[in-house]
Amino acid sequence: MAYSELWFVLVGVLFVGFFFLEGFDFGVGMATKFLARSDMERRVLINSIGPFWDANEVWLLTAGGAMFAAFPHWYATMFSGFYIPFVFLLLALIGRGVAFEFRGKGDTERWKKNWDIVILLGSLLPPFLFGVVFASFLQGLPIDQNMEMNATIFQVVNVYTVVGGLVVTLLCYVHGLMFTTLRTVGSLQERARAQGKMLLVPLAVLLVVFGGMTYTMTTAFESRGAVMVVIAVLGVVAYIMAGYFMSKKRDGWAFGMTGAVIALAVASVFVSMFPNVLISSIDSAYNMTVYAAASGDYSLRIMTIVAVTLLPFILAYQAWSYFVFHKRVTEKEHLEY
Amino acid sequence: MDVVMLSRIQFASTTIFHFFFVPVSIGLALLVAIMETMYVVKGDEKYKRMTKFWGKLFLINFAVGVVTGIIQEFQFGMNWSDYSRFVGDVFGPALAVEALLAFFLESTFIGLWIFGWDRLSKKVHLACIWIVSIGTMLSAFWILVANSFMQQPVGFEVVNGRAEMNDFGALLSNGQLWVEYPHTIFAAIATGAFLIAGISAYKILKKQDAEFFKTSFNIAIVAALISSILIAVYGHQQAQYLMHTQPMKMAASEALWDRSEDPAPWTLFATIDPEKKENGTEIKIPYLLSYLTYSKFSGDVKGMNELQAEYEQKYGPGDYIPPVRTTFWSFRIMVLAGCIMIALAMYGVYLSARNKLSHKNKWFNRFMVAAISMPFIGNTAGWIMTEIGRQPWTVFGYMTTEDSVSPNVTANEVLFSLIAFTAIYGVLAYILVRLFLKVIKKGPTIIDKVEVKTNDPFDREVHHGV
Repeated sequence: MAYSELWFVLVGVLFVGFFFLEGFDFGVGMATKFLARSDMERRVLINSIGPFWDANEVWLLTAGGAMFAAFPHWYATMFSGFYIPFVFLLLALIGRGVAFEFRGKGDTERWKKNWDIVILLGSLLPPFLFGVVFASFLQGLPIDQNMEMNATIFQVVNVYTVVGGLVVTLLCYVHGLMFTTLRTVGSLQERARAQGKMLLVPLAVLLVVFGGMTYTMTTAFESRGAVMVVIAVLGVVAYIMAGYFMSKKRDGWAFGMTGAVIALAVASVFVSMFPNVLISSIDSAYNMTVYAAASGDYSLRIMTIVAVTLLPFILAYQAWSYFVFHKRVTEKEHLEY
Repeated sequence: MDVVMLSRIQFASTTIFHFFFVPVSIGLALLVAIMETMYVVKGDEKYKRMTKFWGKLFLINFAVGVVTGIIQEFQFGMNWSDYSRFVGDVFGPALAVEALLAFFLESTFIGLWIFGWDRLSKKVHLACIWIVSIGTMLSAFWILVANSFMQQPVGFEVVNGRAEMNDFGALLSNGQLWVEYPHTIFAAIATGAFLIAGISAYKILKKQDAEFFKTSFNIAIVAALISSILIAVYGHQQAQYLMHTQPMKMAASEALWDRSEDPAPWTLFATIDPEKKENGTEIKIPYLLSYLTYSKFSGDVKGMNELQAEYEQKYGPGDYIPPVRTTFWSFRIMVLAGCIMIALAMYGVYLSARNKLSHKNKWFNRFMVAAISMPFIGNTAGWIMTEIGRQPWTVFGYMTTEDSVSPNVTANEVLFSLIAFTAIYGVLAYILVRLFLKVIKKGPTIIDKVEVKTNDPFDREVHHGV
């Protein structure tokens, strides 16, 4: 395997990690509005992701850094091409990040209410925008012969990409509800489970619609159809298992399964695009391939050594932090936020 | 305004804003780690309260530092895509390593530190804040690896119009990095130290929790003195280094148009006319520039006109003189801020060593409060000098700022993002200052309240079975 191919896989893995991890804390952020019934419940929810969300977001920063380092052209074309959506993404992530820290430090009700709005928007917008962006990857983007992307708003925001955005948002929400069942007790936990179960049907409809549109409207199934079908089947199995485990109150397994659905969905985008990193809607000759976008082999080799050395430690201490905070968050204990 | 100018304004303002918080995080992480170490070693609860109180300010600041940093990583690609294409091979790995090595460390262990007081043993908890502190310094290191490459490009060759890395070791042993990194790190430590010392001076002046804040002051002022002196030491080294690698920046920072006399005097003040390429009134100190440049009292220094001619020979026609007024004055403001910091820290250490500091030192305490701003002014002026003084280049000698900008992003889009970011940063700044003032006003009692569970109305409800 060439270094450029390896790094395509690694960028994919980093995005899978990001959506799996930050996915649930986006979901918990949404739950502060759609699940919690009191300020106390909101606090429990925020504290349940308190020690984790920042490190989860680093998966995104690392994915961005890895794209910059390993595929400068991909990074440059994509980040400048999605200029306006990324401005909104940044505003959302900025607001959300400080909201968790600041919400509990004021005195008035209004203070909290305002931060609650920020947390909600900050948790809804990013998964939606990422859904739109990833869907438009599949759809193809107006990349010209100079590798520049000049998209009109409707080339980025259209029915297909909006459905993609909704899929990712709702998927993160259900994933977040499953995380809540793991980290809370009592009524909050039971309602999270019930709501998760209730949302399985609408989410399934959205997923099927999006899958169907992807099949008919994009080239995603063309080059690697068999692999894509396998991924889709695995996704369906994981989805059904998620529902089964929810009804059996096996919360850990249910969380794992919603996570698996997210991971497979993200992976399928990368699998279907390879060897392209960006598909041109103007002319397939302008598709940007992994090889054309990549850095030199020397850089990639250095980065491989660094990443292979560091990733085991990163995974180990992140896992340790989840172990340290494995106890459920209750109303009776001291809440930091 | 054109897209290049707007993009530059946006990059400058978001970066300067981000760099208000970064040095505070680096400085406070270290000082809080030292306080917690004293708690663990001495077992004195006083130090635990100090750790928690200053830790509270540290966390408020850290949150803003983190979120304003996200923009930094995105905007290279968003606004400077041609730059990103050119340097991705070299600049990208530095950023990626920063994320892998530093961001993961900081973010995971700060979570453990905040939420781990009751779940981790004392020593493990202490280790967490030290790891956070090391993480902040590693983060600074890797971003300065990237910045040093822009100042002095090494370890690469240009292949197909892109800078391809061919020597990672050369990036790490870049001479620029090893004068720039210590200078920046000690400035960051000074920023945290002057913040703690200044707030403590304020509380001592107000006679609130005087003992608590005297101990805090004693720790901070020692750090302030050591770091301020080392800033000057490494700043001087960096200036001498730049005389060789970026003589144009240094000539501009001296407003030196023509070759100086020998020995060269140092210009304290000058009215500069960049159009006519000459200075009006000048106040000069004889011998000083020779001494600063060569560590001896002789030797002349090249002026901008001569360098301009040399650069035209080397790089082709163009204007290679950076904005002289900005470079000249930012340098002087930085040096002045540094001198004030050293003087105040020396007197502060003297008072603290003699155990003489009290609310009676009215003027000194007031100066210390005002001096909280000095490191911020110095940091900002220093970076303005570094980055403006490098113009017209982004990568010195290889790529100009004008060629770096994204060709597919319009001026209106950048104007929109500039307004949006400025607005949200304005709100953040306002909230942060308000929260800081609130914590400072309440003093250490703010953490005692958190400690005693029944003071929390929600916990009280639970205790009373409501």
